[in-house]
Amino acid sequence: MKRKSFGSRLVASPYIVWAAIFIIVPLLIMVYFAFTDQSGSFTLANISMIGKYKKAFGLSILYAACATVITLLLAYPMAYCMTKMKISSQRMILVIVMLPMWMNFLIRTYSWITILANTGLINTFLQKIGLNPVQLINTPGAVILGMVYDFIPYMILPIYTVMSKIDNSLLEAASDLGSNSFSKLRRVILPLSLPGVISGITMVFVPSVSTFYISQKLGGNKTLLIGDAIEFLFNHGPDYYNVASALSLVLMAMILICMAIMNRFTDSDEGGVII
Amino acid sequence: MKVLSRLYVALILLFLYAPVAVMIFFSFNSGSSVWVFSGFSLDWYNGLFHDETLMEALKHTVIIAFLSAIISTVIGTAAAVGILAFRKRVSKKMMMSATNIPMMNADIVTGISLMLLFIFFGKLLGLKESLGFITVLIAHITFNLPYVILSVMPKLKQTDPNLAEAALDLGCTPVKAFFKVVLPSISSGIFTGAIMAFTLSLDDFVISYFTCGHYQTLPIVIYNMTKKTVTPDVYALSTLIFIVVFVLLVLYNVIQNKSDKRRGVR
Amino acid sequence: MEKHNIVELKDISVSFDGEKVLDGLNLSIEDREFITLLGPSGCGKTTTLRLIAGFLEPDEGTVIFEGKNLNGVPAYKRQVNTIFQRYALFPHLNVYENVAFGLRVKKMKEKEIKEKVTEMLSLVNLSGFEKRNIDTLSGGQQQRVAIARAIANRPKVLLLDEPLAALDLKLRKDMQKELRKIQRQLGITFIFVTHDQEEALTMSDRVVVMDGGKIQQVGSPQDIYNEPQNAFVADFIGESNIVDGIMLKDRYVEFSGHRFDCLDAGFDTNEAVDVVVRPEDVDIVEPQNGMLTGTVTSVAFLGVHYEIIVDIGGFKWMIQTTDEHRVDEKVGLFIEPDAIHIMKKSKYSGLYGDYSSYSEEHEHLSDVCEEE
Repeated sequence: MKRKSFGSRLVASPYIVWAAIFIIVPLLIMVYFAFTDQSGSFTLANISMIGKYKKAFGLSILYAACATVITLLLAYPMAYCMTKMKISSQRMILVIVMLPMWMNFLIRTYSWITILANTGLINTFLQKIGLNPVQLINTPGAVILGMVYDFIPYMILPIYTVMSKIDNSLLEAASDLGSNSFSKLRRVILPLSLPGVISGITMVFVPSVSTFYISQKLGGNKTLLIGDAIEFLFNHGPDYYNVASALSLVLMAMILICMAIMNRFTDSDEGGVII
Repeated sequence: MKVLSRLYVALILLFLYAPVAVMIFFSFNSGSSVWVFSGFSLDWYNGLFHDETLMEALKHTVIIAFLSAIISTVIGTAAAVGILAFRKRVSKKMMMSATNIPMMNADIVTGISLMLLFIFFGKLLGLKESLGFITVLIAHITFNLPYVILSVMPKLKQTDPNLAEAALDLGCTPVKAFFKVVLPSISSGIFTGAIMAFTLSLDDFVISYFTCGHYQTLPIVIYNMTKKTVTPDVYALSTLIFIVVFVLLVLYNVIQNKSDKRRGVR
Repeated sequence: MEKHNIVELKDISVSFDGEKVLDGLNLSIEDREFITLLGPSGCGKTTTLRLIAGFLEPDEGTVIFEGKNLNGVPAYKRQVNTIFQRYALFPHLNVYENVAFGLRVKKMKEKEIKEKVTEMLSLVNLSGFEKRNIDTLSGGQQQRVAIARAIANRPKVLLLDEPLAALDLKLRKDMQKELRKIQRQLGITFIFVTHDQEEALTMSDRVVVMDGGKIQQVGSPQDIYNEPQNAFVADFIGESNIVDGIMLKDRYVEFSGHRFDCLDAGFDTNEAVDVVVRPEDVDIVEPQNGMLTGTVTSVAFLGVHYEIIVDIGGFKWMIQTTDEHRVDEKVGLFIEPDAIHIMKKSKYSGLYGDYSSYSEEHEHLSDVCEEE
């Protein structure tokens, strides 16, 4: 049947060209750099350098995982509480939660220095009430706190979006069938909000595991994450591009594997992210 | 239960805004410390407006955000229309996977891969400076495109296919039918996509960091400021940005509420 | 004045994903008639409409409009307009602008547009609704706007794709009358698509019964009802008892173990045929006076009449009667010669017309048949 197609396929061609040149080719170039030396001949030396960055990879995953779990634990009840409010309040709180998202994360990270520094607000307060100052800044805790703080809106939002779309009659049906509040949460709300949770987890984990700014500002020089390593190497000039590309490639592969594992929990065929 | 849940929401909001409050407070410090408040002053704000690098960067940021939003909205909307018209499921799926890459990938990887591409081509063309205005613009368009496509596409799918047919039926040519009927019914998706592209571009640090060369945008300047010893000038700048964003968001919501109310009259 | 054909479909075939949707369709539509394409979903009626509108091109065959071949002519150049099932009103335009849409495309003068829109809105009883938003209108009002929008262009043919399907029963009846009135008033050809046989019978000059991408019968509503050409048509239009029979000679038929006088002729001697008897044409009499006898197996009260199922030698007959009968009662059936209609055997024979699996809710489950 010759259906008279209305949206001509041709109008997608500028994008197809764009995507090929600026999405696919750059990744191929990165792969090329990762597997060649400076003279351009094939080598596995760059990839084997990863051994030297084992610790950075390990720390990145550990911190990002911690941050993701904490964010989820904080955000899930938040989203749930929001859905229980009046519609007008929900709207308002949504704006308030989103507001920091539109601010630069550099600034948001930076403002924690005032609070956590050795002469910062918390330690000043502790001294005033006669306690000893505590080392807060330049610790792993500070880095994780920074990640949680920077990315928590990205967790709250998708969970809230999915939860608020749950049909109220489903909850009534669950009550009708004898569920109490807890089993309603466990058997109805939790499974139905899972897509939101999954997309929240990816949206927090990916920037956390690849960050370099948060660790630089809140972790001092003590914590070297994989993002720091990559940034450092690239800033050291073209001689280091090959190794840095290899690290980026491994980071990308790692993220892809994590996402693939996450995606096994959901079967959304669109592959889109709920924003 | 209700009290508890309100308390919880309040606590999370406190967590979100405590640093912002601290920041705003110390931006008015007359001293140069960010933890000892020595008195109220607007000196840091005054300083900002006389900081040429900063003003220049602000200009750059707005230009890039504006251009990248417009270009990505046009290309992205056309892409959404075209991709939906694909006959084969496989090619549709392939296009969508490619579209998802910049969204799923870590910013640092996207930034670096683009930087490598630009340097590669720069060398090929024998340019002295391969990074600059054009490369940041390209990078921003690239990461904006998926967001535009993904906000236009659902609207396009929701649109009754009979609408376009009705326009044809009433004598419109296909192109005219698109602009007269389809475009208005997906306009909210296009608008959301454009706004998203604009703000993402304003906000971007990581990808710009690797692709901008000497064409510094505001986030890059902020980054350079935070490299030095901490002074309240960064806070003053942040406070200004906060206020601008706040006002825009409130305005946006007021407008939306109004239009909702207008629609709500039944 | 002799009527001429405004639309002709010649040997049209359309397939979609290898499946034939229309199979060698031939149909002529006269100018100014109200013709209805009737059939179950998937029978190809909407596809036929879309071919005429120009949203589809046939794989084979030609669409002819006023003697000219329309193949390859895009929808926007055809002098036909469509009313869509869900109306397809433009949500971003108000009532006035929706109706004015086609006129604006034609670059008509503002004054003329205003006159025309006002005229159209008064024709569909929507004067005063000009400034209203589409989403503030009820289903019936939206329907009227869709009609006004389509006829504002003064099409030679109006295509209506199940336009009343979304309305509730009462409103649907009103709109049926109104559409008919508008059609007479404007004197344009209406091609109407529906799956509702009652709607088709009450509104049309001619009905085209379709199934499986083929036309089963074309004729006036009376013809279609009284003289169905095969078991499909007999079953789809109204209720029918369809039994196997043998034509002994002209005007003499045997079925259910009894011989009947009838009015049909022109069959071979001893030809196997399908016999149709409408449930309202059967009289119930005392068993000893009946031509056939059977047992009542179920009784349903429908207000105007009772609908009872009578088992006659294993075959279940549906009979409509105003008298009350009890289940398990023995009854006799009396059938007048003019109540018997004889049809040639077709591929639909034996599929329809037995009420053994009949129940109120499963009217169309009758293709599960136990007896041949």
